[in-house]
This record gives sequence, structure tokens and C-alpha cells, in this order.
Amino acid sequence: MTALIVVRALVKRFGAKVVLRQLNFEVQKGEFVALLGPNGAGKTTFLRILASLARPSMGEVRVAGFRLPQEAAAVRRRLGVVSHQPLLYGDLSAEENLRFYGRMYAVERLENRIQEVLDLVGLVARRRDLVRTFSRGMQQRLAIGRAILHDPDVLLLDEPHTGLDQDACDMLDGVLRQIASQGRTVVMTSHDLARVEDLASRFDVLTGGRITASRPAADLPRDGLLAFYRQALDDQRMNQRAVQ
Amino acid sequence: MNGLTPFLRAMGAVVWKDLRAEWRSREVISAMLVFALLVILIFNFALDLQPNVRAGISAGVLWVTLAFAGTLGLNRSMAVEKDRGCLDGLLLAPVDRAAIYLGKAFANFLFMLLVAVIVLPLYGILYNTNMLMPGLLVVVLLGSEGYVAVGTLLASMAVQARTRDILLPILLFPVAVPVVVSAVKATGGFLAGWSWEEIQPWFTLLVVYDVIFTSVAFMVFDSVVEE
Repeated sequence: MTALIVVRALVKRFGAKVVLRQLNFEVQKGEFVALLGPNGAGKTTFLRILASLARPSMGEVRVAGFRLPQEAAAVRRRLGVVSHQPLLYGDLSAEENLRFYGRMYAVERLENRIQEVLDLVGLVARRRDLVRTFSRGMQQRLAIGRAILHDPDVLLLDEPHTGLDQDACDMLDGVLRQIASQGRTVVMTSHDLARVEDLASRFDVLTGGRITASRPAADLPRDGLLAFYRQALDDQRMNQRAVQ
Repeated sequence: MNGLTPFLRAMGAVVWKDLRAEWRSREVISAMLVFALLVILIFNFALDLQPNVRAGISAGVLWVTLAFAGTLGLNRSMAVEKDRGCLDGLLLAPVDRAAIYLGKAFANFLFMLLVAVIVLPLYGILYNTNMLMPGLLVVVLLGSEGYVAVGTLLASMAVQARTRDILLPILLFPVAVPVVVSAVKATGGFLAGWSWEEIQPWFTLLVVYDVIFTSVAFMVFDSVVEE
């Protein structure tokens, strides 16, 4: 197996506040890792570091063999990122947004690729409509289209289900399953255990700035994710009390 | 040359995107234009301009108008990037971030020039002054370039703050003093019919300001947008 993401002893500080503490993390090629954790655990900060949008204070971060932040441009070429916000321009149409990002990523055969991506995310019929007229669910699907436009090795998703209704979540899950089936490596943060249970191949729990538990989906009993997650949080609390 | 092509492609993509979005929304241009026209009208009624003082005051009014309208445009142009997280989208692209800066700055420059193209003839009519002299037009080009070069950099810094609308003028006006002063002096010189020898020091200062601040902004943009 090839490790596409390797993180060793990662520390991230904002002033005096330490958000990530000696965090270790590894993702193999083709894995779909769900990163779980309570609010303020550092999930978004961790994903921003992997995405090269924030600098680590200490530690080693490698994505697709390239070091961050030293080789950030090479990492960015291999990454697709979906965040809470769509990163799309409301006054451009769906295909204009993809065309713009395609130019920024120097995507070859861009018009064909735009067609493929719109087809994948089910927005061919709305390709010429302005993004500001889209529902939140459609914007999120187009955001995923934007993220995979340049055919990245690694996809980072930061709570992509936030603000979506049930139908939009189901549609989004369908797109994510399709993307995962193409052999892409995916790291997704989420609070929605029921949603990620059927999607991910591995579950990691980030609490107190560290990965405190990790379990392959195959090792969990059916509907066992909630119990695993609660156990990880309880263990962390006990450890904290012991340290104090 | 190989490195230049991706750079120019990325810069061109940013310019295309900004112009396309602006063509649809007309948010930046309309705000700048309405503001500029209002300022000109207010000054026109507020100041009773005698012919002998007109040249000096007209130049000041013109540049106050362009500078304030430019600040509105710069704020709006970067706010669009921040509102839907698009700035992150730009920063995630595997391109030289200086290309993003130059793309944004060039689009802002075009917006400011468009406002100037509409404002100048109207200004000439209201203030009974010939504003369409070639030398004066070059001063408008150089002054706008310098203002936008430093303004785009500071707007990308201010946009990170909650108080971005207030922060940009506070950051920008002190830094832009040399370009505004030299542009006012050179414009006033052309309007008053000064000789080239009298105008040249202000003209040279404008060029030097443009070169220095465009170069500095080009070099530090990456650090400014970095977290």
C-alpha cells in the first residue's frame, strides 16, 4: 500500500492556543477516511493544513510525497478541496465557474472535462444558469465538481453535508460514492455519523488536537460507529482527567 | 518563457472571471460610478469656482473623486472573493500567487479607468475645463495604476478582517498620499497650462511610485494572503 498522506508530530498554534498537539495521521491510496470529532477539536484546521491553506507550527506533513509548506504548489495540483463554503462565484454560470478553475489548474481538453464533471454531479441541464440561482445542495454538488475537475489524487471534504436537506444529502452521498469508487483517496470531516457510516472505509476520531482512535469500517459491527465514537470521546476525557 | 505562459494564463483567467462577473452584476462599476457622479455634483454646487483658482481645485476634486470611488471598487472586488470562500479557491490553485494579484489588480485598474472615462467628460462640462488633454490622460492612467496597485494589496489584507469596509481606507489613504499628491499636482499643472519642466517632477514621482509599489505588492502578496 502507498501512503498518500503522512503526518508526523503535527503541532498547530494560534498565538498561545495549541489546536493540534503532536498529531499523527496516515492515509493509504484509495482509502476513504472519515475524520470525526466534536466542535473545536481542530478538524477544519487540520484539513486547512493538508490543503496548504495554513502552515503547520511544527511537524512533518507530506501529501502525495510532497512536503508542506515547502512544496505547496505541487501538493495543490494533486488536491481537490470542498469546504463549508462552495468556493464558487455566484455571478458566473456553472460551466463558467468550472472553466475558470479549469484554466487555473491548466486542465487539458477542458470543455470535454467540464461536460464529464457536470454529468457526474447531475448539473448538465443547469450548466448555463448562474450559481446564485442554485439551491445549497446544487451548489455543493457543483463544488464537488470543481474539486475533482483537475482529476486530483486526494479529495479533502470539510463537512460537506452542512446545511443540506435530506434529499440533497442523499444526492451528495451518491456523488461521493461514485468518486470513491473511482479509486480516489478521500478525507472527510463530519458530525453526521449516520451519513459517513456507509461511505467511509476508515473512521478516525480527532479530539484534544490528536487522533485518539482509528478503526477500519470492516472491523466495526453494523451500526457500531456511534458506540465507537462515544467510546473514543470517553477515553479521551478519562485521559485528560488522569493528566490533570 | 515556459514559466511565463502558466503565469499569464492564470492572470488572464482571473481578469476574465472578474470582468465576466462584473458584466453580469455591475456591482463594482455601478457603485463607483454613482458615488463619483454624486461627489462631482456636490463639489460643483458646494464650490463657487473662480476661473483663476479653478485649475488647482478641479484637480483636487477630480482625484478625491477617483480615490474614494476607487476605494469602494477595491473593497467590493475583494469582498466578492471572501463572501463564498472564493479567495480560498484562488489560493488553492497551483499557480504563482503573484499572477492572482496581477489579475485582480488589472481588473480593478480597468474598472477605475472605465469610471474615469465616464467621469472626465462630465467633469469637463460641469467645471468648464478641458479634461481631454493627452498629458492629463496619461496622468490619470499612471495615478490610477499606482492607486490600484497598492489598493489591491491592502484590500486583500483588509478583507480578512470583520471591519474590512472601514479598514481599507484607513490603511490605503496614508500609503497612497504620494500618488494622490503627485497626481493632483500633475493634473493641476496640465489644467493651468504649466510648462513640461514644471510638471515633470510630479510626473516622475508618479512613475517612480507606480514602479516601486507595483513591484513591492507583486512580491509580498503571497505573504499577505497567507494565514
